Amino acid sequence: MTFVNWLKRRLVVVAGLFTLAYLLLPNVIVTVFSFNDPKGRFNYEWQEFSTEAWRDPCGVSGLCGSLTLSLQIALWATLGATLLGTLIAFALVRYRFRARGAVNSLIFLPMAMPEVVMAASLLTLFLNMGARLGFWTILIAHIMFCLSFVVVAVKARVMSMDPRLEQAAQDLYAGPVQTFLRVTLPIAAPGIAAGALLAFALSFDDFIITNFNAGSTVTFPMFVWGSAQRGTPVQINVIGTAMFVVAVALVLVSMAVGNRRNRRKA
Amino acid sequence: MTTTNDTTASANGGDVRLTGIGKTYGSFTAVHPLDLTVPQGSFFALLGASGCGKTTTLRMIAGLEEPTSGTVHLGDQDVTALPPYKRPVNTVFQSYALFPHLDIFENVAFGLRRRGIKSVKKQVEEMLELVQLGEQARKKPHQLSGGQQQRVAVARALINHPKVLLLDEPLGALDLKLRRQMQLELKRIQTEVGITFVHVTHDQEEAMTMADTVAVMNAGRVEQLGSPADLYENPRTTFVANFLGTSNFIEAEVDTGSGDDVVLKAGGGRLVLPGARNRATATAGARILVGVRPEKISLTHADDADGIPEGRNRITGRITGAGFIGVSTQFVVDSPVCSDFEVYVQNIDRDPRLVPGAEVVLHWNPAHTFGLDANQSLLAGTVGSAGVATVEEEVAR
Amino acid sequence: MTTVTEAPPLAPAPPEPEPPRRRGRWTPYLLLLPGLLWLLVFFALPVVYQASTSVQTGSLEEGYQVTWHVATYWEALSEYWPQFVRSVLYAASATVLCLLLGYPLAYLIAFRAGRWRNLIMILVIAPFFTSFLIRTLAWKTILADGGPVVGALDALHVLDVTAWLGWTAGDRVLATPLAVVCGLTYNFLPFMILPLYTSLERIDPRLHEAANDLYARPSTTFRKVTFPLSMPGVVSGTLLTFIPATGDYVNADLLGSTDTRMVGNVIQSQFLRVLDYPTAAALSFILMAAILIMVTLYIRKSGTEDLV
Repeated sequence: MTFVNWLKRRLVVVAGLFTLAYLLLPNVIVTVFSFNDPKGRFNYEWQEFSTEAWRDPCGVSGLCGSLTLSLQIALWATLGATLLGTLIAFALVRYRFRARGAVNSLIFLPMAMPEVVMAASLLTLFLNMGARLGFWTILIAHIMFCLSFVVVAVKARVMSMDPRLEQAAQDLYAGPVQTFLRVTLPIAAPGIAAGALLAFALSFDDFIITNFNAGSTVTFPMFVWGSAQRGTPVQINVIGTAMFVVAVALVLVSMAVGNRRNRRKA
Repeated sequence: MTTTNDTTASANGGDVRLTGIGKTYGSFTAVHPLDLTVPQGSFFALLGASGCGKTTTLRMIAGLEEPTSGTVHLGDQDVTALPPYKRPVNTVFQSYALFPHLDIFENVAFGLRRRGIKSVKKQVEEMLELVQLGEQARKKPHQLSGGQQQRVAVARALINHPKVLLLDEPLGALDLKLRRQMQLELKRIQTEVGITFVHVTHDQEEAMTMADTVAVMNAGRVEQLGSPADLYENPRTTFVANFLGTSNFIEAEVDTGSGDDVVLKAGGGRLVLPGARNRATATAGARILVGVRPEKISLTHADDADGIPEGRNRITGRITGAGFIGVSTQFVVDSPVCSDFEVYVQNIDRDPRLVPGAEVVLHWNPAHTFGLDANQSLLAGTVGSAGVATVEEEVAR
Repeated sequence: MTTVTEAPPLAPAPPEPEPPRRRGRWTPYLLLLPGLLWLLVFFALPVVYQASTSVQTGSLEEGYQVTWHVATYWEALSEYWPQFVRSVLYAASATVLCLLLGYPLAYLIAFRAGRWRNLIMILVIAPFFTSFLIRTLAWKTILADGGPVVGALDALHVLDVTAWLGWTAGDRVLATPLAVVCGLTYNFLPFMILPLYTSLERIDPRLHEAANDLYARPSTTFRKVTFPLSMPGVVSGTLLTFIPATGDYVNADLLGSTDTRMVGNVIQSQFLRVLDYPTAAALSFILMAAILIMVTLYIRKSGTEDLV
């Protein structure tokens, strides 16, 4: 009876933690199986402990090459999407112009469309133009679908910014360029950074659109997809685990630094 | 710790009785155990700076905060263990907490519906009439002005006929003029419905205008409790003296303290304090803080000093500042016993000689003097001292 | 009654204030130009090309001509309607599961987590840092035949129920609809949790107190105040889950079998293996139209047009 009561009071907590476990279980499996020594081509069943894959992460042909390519594409796509998206966001928030509604829906639609539709239609365009599928078609596609997310992130930040700050800067003898560089941009920076991070993550992890428009070029997700058909090397788990650990460590460090800075200010 | 003299253990269940109620968060004590009785039908104000524990006390009555010690009684019923939704008490929240997804009608009907009352239409309409919002029933809260939202919040609470209505800074978000109107309005409603109101505020003027009884709180304790006039005229501590209006203090030494009056020495002069208004020990040689309100003091140019009647307390000084504010002029006077004596003079016949630099005599009826224990800060409760400074921030929010 | 002067009621605020007119009439267009051009050429134009491809006939060797052969649509639908139905069914199931699983966690983070809030937030986002394909493959291990999860479900007779419903087959979970829905739910769960959290976190805690004060017990408070106020999050969360789940083919491919193929799988294989471009384009076009219609109806129905 007491247990039932306890559960009743903690129902939200128990259910929430169950969901959290559901979310994290695959990562645990990925990590554990990065230390597996599988018999056969697939790494789905536990055999015995081994650190071999960790000592030789690039030991599978094509793996590290695809990783490098994915990083390159993600970097360029982030740069392109952030630049174009930030410009649009500023135009939307700071200026009045015709056809705002049309512009807004053109930006909203790519986010409201299943990836497979965008991927397929973009492929018909490339086929019709006779473009050679590869690095450039992937990059074009990635900039396209990251763009909207950057616009949303930057717009949110710029919109919450008090326009009087810019007026104050102008009152204090800053010209338009100075105002932009010394006031507007620094304040919008967190939004731009958030948009860029999102773009990087989306591009790096994209599979469906890349799958359609890559031709014979192999990015990291494409490599994983291919290996799921032919045989999964343990190194995939090593890379997955390493990315997870590095990213979480970066987040924790940046939070700790932020906390300390806040505390010093206080 | 303070107890009201009112011990009418009445059959009518609207008394709020707090017994030894206190609240601590970790090592911080928000409210020191206190006893308090709010009699049925009264308008009671908890007054203090932010962080003094007044809101915590109110929330403990509402059931929104669990007391660390003590009990809450409504009439004869112990409600300490009852959750808020089972207490016959309703709250008007700071910045109202109106449900943004419901229209005005549904906001007001919320409590009735929760108690399973089916036909709410008539009651809600009557209540909206009472607060003069009959026309706005189908609007959403964000479509109303601040003053209208405030009245919805009152209606939403009052419709449940609570035994006690709790008001948490209900007027804090309104501008000064609207606040004055709402003060009168709330007072009218309270008289009309006859429900006990417990009102939390940091605005001493608001508390004094509206409440029958005011409890001044400071650092988790009730400093003094009484009618507004009593608190103003007979403050027991410098905190109360400064928090309610302005007070001038002179540090003085008791000369003779035997008779009805205490005679004091200060800066070579002689001051008289009625013994009944003295809160400090009056043995010869003891130190006492002598207080007097600025509006009780008359200001006479030094040239006319001979015309001042005998028997008044006097102090000489020089005017250092004068601010004309219409009904009165506020002077600051530098005197040997107190460097910035404040004096408010009604603008009846203005003496053109009373300008900064003029030598003057301050004098007042000794009956207007009060005496306090010298072992406390002169500045307690003034704007700028710890605690009260944050009031400004609270208002700004 | 004492007189109270009426302050004019505030007009409902427009959702997005018009920015002030500025000097430089051409500046906004210059700022917009590169990005919009990109979207027009690589997002809008392809849709037009796809529409035209869908009504072409011909072959890979001889090339395709626009012949307004709309019968392709009919043929595609009549051949692949089971995949369409399956996609909507799987995506809807996954969306409902995401809502059921995600709401408690979002609620926990917003109201109960206290100092653990940041940590839990990081744990929700952290899986994103590992490629979703790798994580989806991990479900092959979790749901492996004879593994602990399947064993437990079998022992609890859950598998009997799901087999009776047609979600699983025998004592297997892998390669069944349940596995695909499970994978879809897992993949899109964060897209449900984050908007839910955002809208829950915006709720003034005093509204809970006010409801409590007005005789609503905690469960009523949730039904009458918390849930209605979180509707914007529910709507955007379900959209963010349902739309990509409908078009997904990764989960059906990795965790399912030929009996669980979704419309995404068909489009993918028609485009990349069979190379029947008109059929693939027609399928993709139908999917797009279907989703746009469903989303529009849904937003109408939930009455939150101004919130999205």
